[in-house]
Amino acid sequence: MTQALSRSNEQASSQLFQDTEFMEALRSQMLKFAILQVRNEALAEDAVQEAMLSAYQNIERFNRQAALKTWVFAILKNKLIDILRKEKRYTNVSLLEEGAGRSDEALLEDLFNEKGHWQKSERPKKWDEPDHDIENSHFWRTFDVCLEALPAKHSRYFMMREFLELETKEICENEEVSVSNLNTTLFRARLRLRECLEDNWFIGENTP
Amino acid sequence: MMKCTQATQLLSERLDRNLTNSEKVNLGLHTAMCPACRQFGKQMLNLRDLSQRYVKASDASAQDK
Repeated sequence: MTQALSRSNEQASSQLFQDTEFMEALRSQMLKFAILQVRNEALAEDAVQEAMLSAYQNIERFNRQAALKTWVFAILKNKLIDILRKEKRYTNVSLLEEGAGRSDEALLEDLFNEKGHWQKSERPKKWDEPDHDIENSHFWRTFDVCLEALPAKHSRYFMMREFLELETKEICENEEVSVSNLNTTLFRARLRLRECLEDNWFIGENTP
Repeated sequence: MMKCTQATQLLSERLDRNLTNSEKVNLGLHTAMCPACRQFGKQMLNLRDLSQRYVKASDASAQDK
């Protein structure tokens, strides 16, 4: 069973790699997104190139197209932030960096009262067996949307930790970030993701 | 007694590092009395599990086409 499973996983990822139609479509989507952000085709091309390279380097980890796409866009966003920073275009930087939603501080204030305990309405609810849902493409779409809603740095660290399964030490060295900073960002990423899934799937209307 | 803000952070951090003995004791005391944080702890594990499935499940079984 386990063997058969891992063989089918291998096949799936090599199919992903050979699916030139998917990879081309992904590239052109990324390029559109990048040009929109940096408004410079050459810089946008470079950023997309680098992000695609990271996709190829990690492709064996991804069997799902959607997961690979989420990953590669997270990388791309960070490349674009670097470019915008160099150009000192801070408005666009903060949009990419913070996402459109609440700041971390605002989120924490909404979730916890002044004594540091859960607000009554925000207390985590029991999730129905997530096991039950994993065959369900609607669930995975919600998961996509929730990942996409994370601020750029949050999603990047989260995916390095949970998608690529890198150790804390490796991430800190790669990203030149302190352990406590990483841990706090991971916590906030999980807090947001949890909140998003609970509001949009586990509590909300989850019948297709 | 530890606050929920601290407990939730430790419930996340224990996925990334080994907690110290005193952190474990304090967290254990807190979660014994706080069902919300207990639930939160389970969901942190669910998130890890879901992420791994998200990456590895093949599209064929997760597509709605």
